[in-house]
Amino acid sequence: MSAAYGASRNWWKLALAWSFVGIPLTWGVVETGVNALKLFQ
Amino acid sequence: MSALSILGKERIIAPPGYSRWLIPPAALCVHLCIGQAYAFSVFNLPMTKLIGITASAPGDWRLTDLGWIFSLAIFFLGVSAALLGRWVEEGGPRCAMFTAALCWSGGFALSAIGVYLHVIWLIYIGYGVLGGFGLGIGYISPVSTLIKWFPDRPGMATGMAIMGFGGGAFIASPLSVWLMRTFSTPTHIGVAETFLVLGAVYFCFMMVGAAIVRVPAPGWKPAGYVAPVQPKKLITTENVHVYQALKTPQFWLIWWVLCLNVTAGIGVLGQASAMSQEMFPGRVTPVAAAGFVGLMSLFNMGGRFFWASMSDYLGRKNTYFVFFVLGTALYAAVPYTGEIGSVALFVLAYAIIFSMYGGGFSTVPAYLKDMFGTRYVGAIHGLLLTAWSMAGIFGPVLVNYIRQYNITHGVAKAQAYNATMYVMAVLLVIGFICNLFVTAVDRRHHMKLSGAEASA
Repeated sequence: MSAAYGASRNWWKLALAWSFVGIPLTWGVVETGVNALKLFQ
Repeated sequence: MSALSILGKERIIAPPGYSRWLIPPAALCVHLCIGQAYAFSVFNLPMTKLIGITASAPGDWRLTDLGWIFSLAIFFLGVSAALLGRWVEEGGPRCAMFTAALCWSGGFALSAIGVYLHVIWLIYIGYGVLGGFGLGIGYISPVSTLIKWFPDRPGMATGMAIMGFGGGAFIASPLSVWLMRTFSTPTHIGVAETFLVLGAVYFCFMMVGAAIVRVPAPGWKPAGYVAPVQPKKLITTENVHVYQALKTPQFWLIWWVLCLNVTAGIGVLGQASAMSQEMFPGRVTPVAAAGFVGLMSLFNMGGRFFWASMSDYLGRKNTYFVFFVLGTALYAAVPYTGEIGSVALFVLAYAIIFSMYGGGFSTVPAYLKDMFGTRYVGAIHGLLLTAWSMAGIFGPVLVNYIRQYNITHGVAKAQAYNATMYVMAVLLVIGFICNLFVTAVDRRHHMKLSGAEASA
């Protein structure tokens, strides 16, 4: 396995793993942020 | 060879080329799930109306009965982390994550049966005991693995995972509300179904973490990283056995550092909504107060990553000094913000306070690693979490008792929290003194192994 192939496979794995946790977390943070804005209304 | 052998530490040694940046998402898979515990309160009100549906009926559970579920879960978090820390350390992160997933989702399943049969004891045992074990095992499962993968940035690495614990509630809260709404009918409240779905989703999510996680090969180090040859004054290159750590003053000083930092924050966290409304009557509405609580939760989560990452540059001891000095000043200043009627300054003070509350949790694993080495850091961290359980009891009691005492003695509600703030400031001064006394662990406590052997 070439180093380039290994690096590109790692890149996909990383993107997938971080999206898997990042998307729900971002959704939750945005939901909470929107609710928090009520403090300033 | 049993099917369970695939969970063993020796089966998950990372192959060459494995990226260490896969470990934080693996840890987050677990922490985002168990962080649901902070959002359990969304079930409290619906569970008081399971029979009456629109309002509580005779036979429905009371809030005081339901309050025990969360308390039991946090209590068993501390108990399981303390009792099973060494097992987690020796079994490896995949075995621990798998066990945590079973306990956590099993707790939800048992609770669903408890709701369906309307037997509260099943929920106490399900979410409280079994779920509490899932919380404890899950919380400590990735800590030492992260520290071993990120010897150059241990604070940042553990900060990312523990940030997930703070963030889990952000996902669980709206998700639970949506699921309950979906499963509810005019004659039924869908709590049991929501528990079942959450249990199944969390199991799958945590298993992804267990599948991704790897431990570094013996002797592995990040490219370009050179381990310090001479240990720094407060960063050891040796290891201390978990039971030996209990015999050191450093363990107990850090135990008090965490306990006092958490007591100050957790006490106010539970009262944040009421406090903001009572200190600024007519200016902070219940809706705005809910927004305030949400904002504080965001700072709590952000602080976990920010302060733990900062500790890699400032040093752990100095980071806690910042918490205690800044925290003392801010708690002492909160009554003044009420006096001058500045909501903006009040919010700013609490935003910083809650960021440091979260930072206290996330910086402590790296502090323990500095003091006791990497070999048993997960197990030692597990024992230290009893400080959290203790703070979870004392913090809210202290705040509620002082507020009630003041109101009973004729103090206006707007000023009823002033004494509490000064007490919190004093607690942080005591924390400062404990932190001041933390020095390097005496050599006689070190394990009789070379650094390389012990890390293997």
